[in-house]
Amino acid sequence: MTNVTMTVNGKSRTAAAEGRTLLVDWLREGLRMTGTHVGCDTSQCGACVVHVNGVAMKSCSVLAQEVDGAEVTTIEGMANADGSLGTIQQAFQDYHGLQCGFCTPGMVMSAAALLKENPRPTEADVRHYLEGNICRCTGYHNIVKAVMAASGQQVAPVAAE
Amino acid sequence: MPKDTGIGASPKRREDVRFLTGKGRYTDDINVAGQAHVVFLRSDVAHGRIKSIDTSAAEAIDGVVRVFTAKDFEGVGGIPCGWQITDRQGNPMQEPKHPILAEGKVRHVGDPIAAVVAESASIARLACEAIEVDIEALPAVVDMKAALSDGAPKVHDDLTSNLCYDWGFVEENRDAVAEAINSAAHVTTLELVNNRLVANPMEPRVAVGDFAAHDQSSTLYTTSQNPHVIRLLMGAFVLGIPEHKLRVVAPDVGGGFGTKIFHYAEEAFCTFAAKQLERAVKWTCTRSEAFMSDAHGRDHVTKIELALDADNNFTAIRTETYANMGAYLSTFAPSVPTWLHGTLMAGNYKTPLVYVNVKAVFTNTVPVDAYRGAGRPEATFQLERVIDKAARELGVDPVDLRRQNFIREFPYQTPVAVEYDTGDYDATMDKLLSMIDRDGFAARRKESESRGKLRGLGINCYIEACGIAPSNLVGQLGARAGLYESATVRVNATGGLVVMTGSHSHGQGHETSFAQVVADMIGINEDQIEIVHGDTANTPMGMGTYGSRSLAVGGSAMVRATEKIIAKAKKIAAHIMEAAEGDIELKEGRFTVAGTDKSLAWGDVTLAAYVPHNYPLTDLEPGLEETAFYDPNNFTYPAGAYACEVEVDPETGQVQVLSFAAADDFGNVVNPMIVEGQVHGGLAQGIGQALLENCAYDENGQLLSASYMDYAMPRAGDLPMFQVDHSCATPCTHNPLGVKGCGEAGAIGSPPAIVNGVLDALASGGHNVGHINMPLTPARVWAAMQG
Ligand code: FES
Ligand code: FES
Repeated sequence: MTNVTMTVNGKSRTAAAEGRTLLVDWLREGLRMTGTHVGCDTSQCGACVVHVNGVAMKSCSVLAQEVDGAEVTTIEGMANADGSLGTIQQAFQDYHGLQCGFCTPGMVMSAAALLKENPRPTEADVRHYLEGNICRCTGYHNIVKAVMAASGQQVAPVAAE
Repeated sequence: MPKDTGIGASPKRREDVRFLTGKGRYTDDINVAGQAHVVFLRSDVAHGRIKSIDTSAAEAIDGVVRVFTAKDFEGVGGIPCGWQITDRQGNPMQEPKHPILAEGKVRHVGDPIAAVVAESASIARLACEAIEVDIEALPAVVDMKAALSDGAPKVHDDLTSNLCYDWGFVEENRDAVAEAINSAAHVTTLELVNNRLVANPMEPRVAVGDFAAHDQSSTLYTTSQNPHVIRLLMGAFVLGIPEHKLRVVAPDVGGGFGTKIFHYAEEAFCTFAAKQLERAVKWTCTRSEAFMSDAHGRDHVTKIELALDADNNFTAIRTETYANMGAYLSTFAPSVPTWLHGTLMAGNYKTPLVYVNVKAVFTNTVPVDAYRGAGRPEATFQLERVIDKAARELGVDPVDLRRQNFIREFPYQTPVAVEYDTGDYDATMDKLLSMIDRDGFAARRKESESRGKLRGLGINCYIEACGIAPSNLVGQLGARAGLYESATVRVNATGGLVVMTGSHSHGQGHETSFAQVVADMIGINEDQIEIVHGDTANTPMGMGTYGSRSLAVGGSAMVRATEKIIAKAKKIAAHIMEAAEGDIELKEGRFTVAGTDKSLAWGDVTLAAYVPHNYPLTDLEPGLEETAFYDPNNFTYPAGAYACEVEVDPETGQVQVLSFAAADDFGNVVNPMIVEGQVHGGLAQGIGQALLENCAYDENGQLLSASYMDYAMPRAGDLPMFQVDHSCATPCTHNPLGVKGCGEAGAIGSPPAIVNGVLDALASGGHNVGHINMPLTPARVWAAMQG
């Protein structure tokens, strides 16, 4: 066990990690930040997506020790400074882009990375970018709408299509 | 005008804020001080005799607390089955024991053999590898028909065969149906497979057992759709813990889709081990483990015959289905291919004679039980496929053939026991056709052809039975449980309410929609109402959430309890305002006396209930809290019409879904936004079944699709935007909200639309293919096109 320190959502945080400790376990067990989820063991579902030094990554496929010193943003760091929902989070609520909420942290983090790369994505762009994030509840329809709305594009309102 | 509050409005979901900020509290987020972790050693052979288990090396590993095997469970019950089917001869089904850890034999890949409790999950995992198990592999039975053949290896040595039951429905109609088929002008026959699926809620199952030595009580935190059912099954039948010493908590649950209804061995294990060790024991399922331990869904092999007279009226339907039970009977498994399937075989059509035969079979595979729709997707798929095939054989329009046979008079007594209370199948079909521009299809097909693609249009109807279920009826049918629902409404002194429901929300948004209903009844703001669910310690006994029942049954209980609250509050208001009780009205949160300008605010009356100074104490108890149990007197019958357009690449067999439209009749709708979301999710699962998903075993019982590398989950790029409509509403006639339920429709109605669409596309290219089994992978479609 060695101590690993990262800047998580703007705050310096330290917790122990074994050589084999995954970033997601370090966050969930080490820091007790349970917003980041684990949905698979083959790096395929995207429930665990966080940003490491500004890049979206599956935190189940990164060792904590590998990213010692990194800047990490998780779902817990996505709200506005006053605690209100950030733009993407708000769009997910406004367009009913979540049901059980389990895939949601990863979806929001992936969507944030997409919009940074591509501020006005088409529907096809959104669907393509989210290939690594599985949602079993929503059928993606409202997730796609939420991401497009978060990018400032006009989308049909919920329940009036 | 869309409403912005109460019933019919789409307020934003209150639960979203915690989910969007990482503050959800799922079972794996719960850690109990001092907890140990358990990892199960699971069988890697499908069938074998356990000759010996040596745990000594595992026990010697530092950090291992204890290793459990079957011998630690002597005197402990097996996992019970909640439904008993009676076979064609009137005998009960064969019901094998389902031990917590394998006794003597392993019966499927994933069957737990031993459990290691250790200081950490990684130590437990390591120790599992140190357990020495000597298993003599036995030949496995995987194929259902082979499992029933003479001399087939038996999954359970103490049963007479691998046949769980041979069920006929309606048995008295058997000969009349045969006669109608023999004398029909036309008979269309179809053999098909309803592919085995894995529900795959994104949150894997988790269980945390805890034990309090000071009062000898147990607590189980678990990923369940029905904590009270788990408490009853596990407490009464497995571990012998009375309800008052057992609390079951299902906190935020990350999707269920049926597979989190059932009581699982891991739940009983954690509760049992926590008591033995006097410390909490936590189990977190990995996804790979989920594939081999979560109950699977579907897996039917069916032959259906549809008889028509010379005018194309349906005269009889006969089906023969083999339904896979897997190695043990999961909680509701026997009911799925029988009462949840046979009773829907009339569909939306006035077919006078129906006979359904189902042979349920034990195999060396994971147990199979309810998955979104449970039995009803299987019924809809066969029926809507055979009708499409008949239309093609007879050269008639598939929509016309359906319409000609629609049921139009309600209530309608079907020949398969159920009575549809209300519906309007023409209305949903008309609505659907208005959504899809059928007239423009020919031009769109030409356009696809100009790009070398084949375009198809698939249309079908569906009906389902929801709002499960009248207790006395299901009791007669073999259910070992009642299927009512409950609600307690507690009004606080200052006017806020807590509604405690026995149903459970795991994505459906009950905290929002249930509050809408109560707010509407009283005329107060939704934010004055808290919805509490998921903890047996603070909710009345209820049966949980599945079968699109929460609003129809749980919502009705809540309405009844709120009605009692309002009735009592009116009495209090009448006393304070010195008026006759019958003159009191409650509107927009104020009590008024008819014909006067006297009024009292809601909060004045609720305060009086708890500070009863000016109060009719001789006639009325203080306080304002009521409970209601609601037992429905019929099922509800959501129905609708679905259509999709698909494009097939004739070079590769690749299918693309271009559009999907759903016209549903859900009766009244409380929150249209949530309802549409439920339909979207159901459609994705149905399209997933039709095109992508398949749980595959090889002939030795090895699970071939045990991860997301091999099991194709629908992803964003596989699906189109959906067109959904629920404006054709014939309200349910027998529950107070007039609601029917919407959770399963999408998954039930969509698979036949996709297959019908693909076959239509192939036909346009000159490939007259009678059927392709799901999933319609490029390889299967391409092979079908080669003849
Ligand atoms: S947990 Fe599934 S991709 Fe990381
Ligand atoms: S909201 Fe449940 S998995 Fe996406």
